[in-house]
Amino acid sequence: MFEVFTLLADWLTYSIFQIAPDAKLGDAVHFFIEDVSKIYVLLAVMIYAIALVRASLNVERVRDFLAGKRRGVGYVLGAGFGAITPFCSCSSIPIFLGFTSAGIPVGMTMAFLLTSPLINEVAVLLLMSLLGWKFTLIYVVIGMTVGILGGLFLDAIKAERWLQSFAAKALDNGRKQGGEVVAESESVVMTFSDRHRFAKSETIDIFSRVWKWVIIGVGLGAALHGFVPDGWIELHLGDGQWWSVPAAVLLGIPLYSNATGVIPIMESLIINGLPIGTTLAFCMSTVAVSFPEFILLKQVMQWRLLVTVFLMLLVSFTLVGWLFNCLSSFI
Amino acid sequence: MKQIKVLGSGCTKCVKTAELIEQVANEQGVAVSVIKETDPQTMLAYGVMSTPAVVIDEKLVHAGSMPQAVQIKEWLK
Repeated sequence: MFEVFTLLADWLTYSIFQIAPDAKLGDAVHFFIEDVSKIYVLLAVMIYAIALVRASLNVERVRDFLAGKRRGVGYVLGAGFGAITPFCSCSSIPIFLGFTSAGIPVGMTMAFLLTSPLINEVAVLLLMSLLGWKFTLIYVVIGMTVGILGGLFLDAIKAERWLQSFAAKALDNGRKQGGEVVAESESVVMTFSDRHRFAKSETIDIFSRVWKWVIIGVGLGAALHGFVPDGWIELHLGDGQWWSVPAAVLLGIPLYSNATGVIPIMESLIINGLPIGTTLAFCMSTVAVSFPEFILLKQVMQWRLLVTVFLMLLVSFTLVGWLFNCLSSFI
Repeated sequence: MKQIKVLGSGCTKCVKTAELIEQVANEQGVAVSVIKETDPQTMLAYGVMSTPAVVIDEKLVHAGSMPQAVQIKEWLK
């Protein structure tokens, strides 16, 4: 089914641009055209299809559902909804407050917010088509696990002590109301044309946000693919060096991209022989840890909590990296 | 004059929403004052979880996306 993109790349690279197939440049250009065209088509089709289905799922409904849930289930559900619920990252603060004021524990809310950037339908699709279902499954399981364990940890250390005072007060009020939601969100019955309108605007919105990341991601991937000598990465950054995992995590902090941009890079890193654990650590750090997002969270959290969450993520991604480098021979 | 607040953390969508409302109001000849609210405490007070959200004369009319021009016309009637 994906051969059409290979043919398109063959035709453009060798016939139109007249680049010799055995040249490094030809290799890189071919890779770039094939991947970009494939990803664009997949994105457009799949975002629309998925948006049609989940048009009626929104953060208000998730909050109503999570409010008053028992803790054990709550973390799993929080992380699960984080993966499938669409919201703009600029809504993180109001979502945090909305959950909090419904009496939902901080850890459960954070399970939702941490999983959300790591897993979404676009990321899953790209992983499936570029790296296969096995890798996708591993990625989703790790993303959920980081969210769930992160949430458990934050509640275990009583993170709510370190909220800004107005947020702490909102949480207190919410708890007193016994998890009953203040303003019950109305459930709207959606017609097909409502769904179509939602899906269309989602497609345009997501596409206009991610198209440049795809170019950047695949561009870097193509450069790696064509110009970094085979075996170089394996030799210098292979799993023999324990420090390469924490180094990859640290390198990912200042680099900020969403999952869409980073997945094409993952593909070429893995093809070039970077161990799977190191790749995962680098990519998850790039996607989930970014300074601008953390500065935003300062509005509801005190420094101490902010730093705790930050370090917690760095440690978990490093552990994930080491774990998968050890397991990689079995995968 | 209608007092309109656009709630949001200052992302592009929120800015565009405020601009669109001013533009539609101009076309309709309705006098409005549009302000952008970025304070999370205000959003909490209106119970808003997804931004941009629109409050007209202290009543929440919209949340979670950029409203369409048609909707804005309805609100301004």
